[in-house]
Amino acid sequence: MTLLAPAVAAPPRAGRKPRRDNRFAAWLFLLPALAYIVVFFGYPLAANVVMSTQDYTVKSFYTGEAPFVGLANYAAVFGNPLFSTAVVDTVLFTAGSLVFQFGIGLALAVFFNGRFLGSALLRSLLLLPWLLPLVVSGAVWRWMFDQDHGVLNAALRAVGLDAVPWLSSTGWALPAVILTNIWIGIPFNLVILHGGLRAIPASLYEAAALDGAGAWQRFRHLTWPLLRPVTGIVLMLGLVYTIKVFDVIMVVTGGGPANATQTLTTWSYRLSFQDFAFGQGAAVGNVLILVATVFGLLYLRSAKATLAEAAA
Amino acid sequence: MKGRTVAGVLIVAVLLFPLYWMVNASLQPSGALLRPDPAFFPVDGTLDGYRKAVATQGPNLLSSVVVALGTVLVSLVIAAPASYALAQLKVRGGPVLVFVLLIVQMIPGIVMANALYTVFGNLGLIDNYLGLVLADSTATIPFAVLLLRAFMISVPKELTEASRVDGAGYWRTFFSIIVPVSRNALVTAGLFSFLFAWADFLFAVTLTTGRSFEPITVGIYRFVGNQSADWNGIMATAVLAAIPAAVLLVVAQRYVVAGLTSGAVKD
Repeated sequence: MTLLAPAVAAPPRAGRKPRRDNRFAAWLFLLPALAYIVVFFGYPLAANVVMSTQDYTVKSFYTGEAPFVGLANYAAVFGNPLFSTAVVDTVLFTAGSLVFQFGIGLALAVFFNGRFLGSALLRSLLLLPWLLPLVVSGAVWRWMFDQDHGVLNAALRAVGLDAVPWLSSTGWALPAVILTNIWIGIPFNLVILHGGLRAIPASLYEAAALDGAGAWQRFRHLTWPLLRPVTGIVLMLGLVYTIKVFDVIMVVTGGGPANATQTLTTWSYRLSFQDFAFGQGAAVGNVLILVATVFGLLYLRSAKATLAEAAA
Repeated sequence: MKGRTVAGVLIVAVLLFPLYWMVNASLQPSGALLRPDPAFFPVDGTLDGYRKAVATQGPNLLSSVVVALGTVLVSLVIAAPASYALAQLKVRGGPVLVFVLLIVQMIPGIVMANALYTVFGNLGLIDNYLGLVLADSTATIPFAVLLLRAFMISVPKELTEASRVDGAGYWRTFFSIIVPVSRNALVTAGLFSFLFAWADFLFAVTLTTGRSFEPITVGIYRFVGNQSADWNGIMATAVLAAIPAAVLLVVAQRYVVAGLTSGAVKD
């Protein structure tokens, strides 16, 4: 049997067997990753959705009881005056960070795209703020923002201006955390945009220069349109990352003073881990997921061409 | 030509000023830091801040090293085989998995922290090294799989097929061909995983209570909150916590570039 059967069935099996074997082996290699994704993404995300419909408190951890309350958590969250504060702060924080990170990053990318002595070294030094733990950057800026002993106010006083109560005034705290986040985000924008600039053929610039185009015209009619795909990716990624910023705000202001820097992310943290209203924290978290997914899908659409290229 | 270099140096000096200010404050006595006019150079320098940092935050630095190394190990052990399957073996549903990995990277960390807190509470993984390693891996595994897959796609099929013809199984092909060839990519993925876990604050602050151990990021956070008059000690701790990033910039840049170029050299 064992000797005969393969001989009889040889033609169809010859083509099929390696493929089946292949598929089985491939799945074995994927198995740990799949299990990890199911356990550490699938389950928690589902649990988060369920939790947002429960009255989940500290007591629930001991008793295991968390009564279902339907959409009460969402009603509580949307009805809370802090909701609109958090939304406005999130929008201002995200928009303010993006505009300046991108603008400064682009200007620096254009500047460092020129070849000059030390250009590569200086450019790699600028990566440092990006690689630093955010808590470290936050702590440094908090020290620089110090009202009486900070270097920023010392500089203002030196030129005859009044000291600014950066972190203790509700008007200045948000600009302060935005400033910190801009500083952190510049390197990322610089690196990606610089890569995009590199991909533009130098011959185009030579031709434009021959036609008598000035520096601004070359930027306006050559660099900017040719950089557009990269620009889209940088802004979309920046958006997705900035919406969920947590460390910077927590270390610099902790969401205060008087919720002046409370974003959806820090509010979700506060609801869950300071007020122990886990259901409401989960509800805010789900709102965040929704927003991030919408922008994430937009990003994937804009990055589709790049992805298709990478997959080829 | 020269003017641009000077301008470049000035730009770097302005943008890196906060880092200089951190080092400057880490070397000045706390009293000097509370004068109205700051000293721009640590002329009366002291290492007191570093002594204090090591004394109070030393264990936390060690905890972060353990968590970061654990995250590197878990991430690579799970991501490398998966990347091999996605890049070299035709798996049905592979593209879907890649899409899922792209999407999960966009889930806000606070949502993961909130969800993992309740799950870990039931499993006894709060205040637990393994728990924090597994949580940090939610950020590093998708990244590592995508990075390694992009690299392994460029490994010539002739190499792996030759090994198959010689009678090696997938497992041996993976270990004797894929892993050595992908060394630079593995180092890159490992370094970034280390850096992420080292810098993580969100999971660290939500999934530990500080009773059995405390990562350095949480240490700095509580340091800033509790005794914010001691900026000398805080900034010394910040400098110590920034060291892996500085090392990465100097050492790993070569690896990152090597990984990119060796990926480009195919046929």
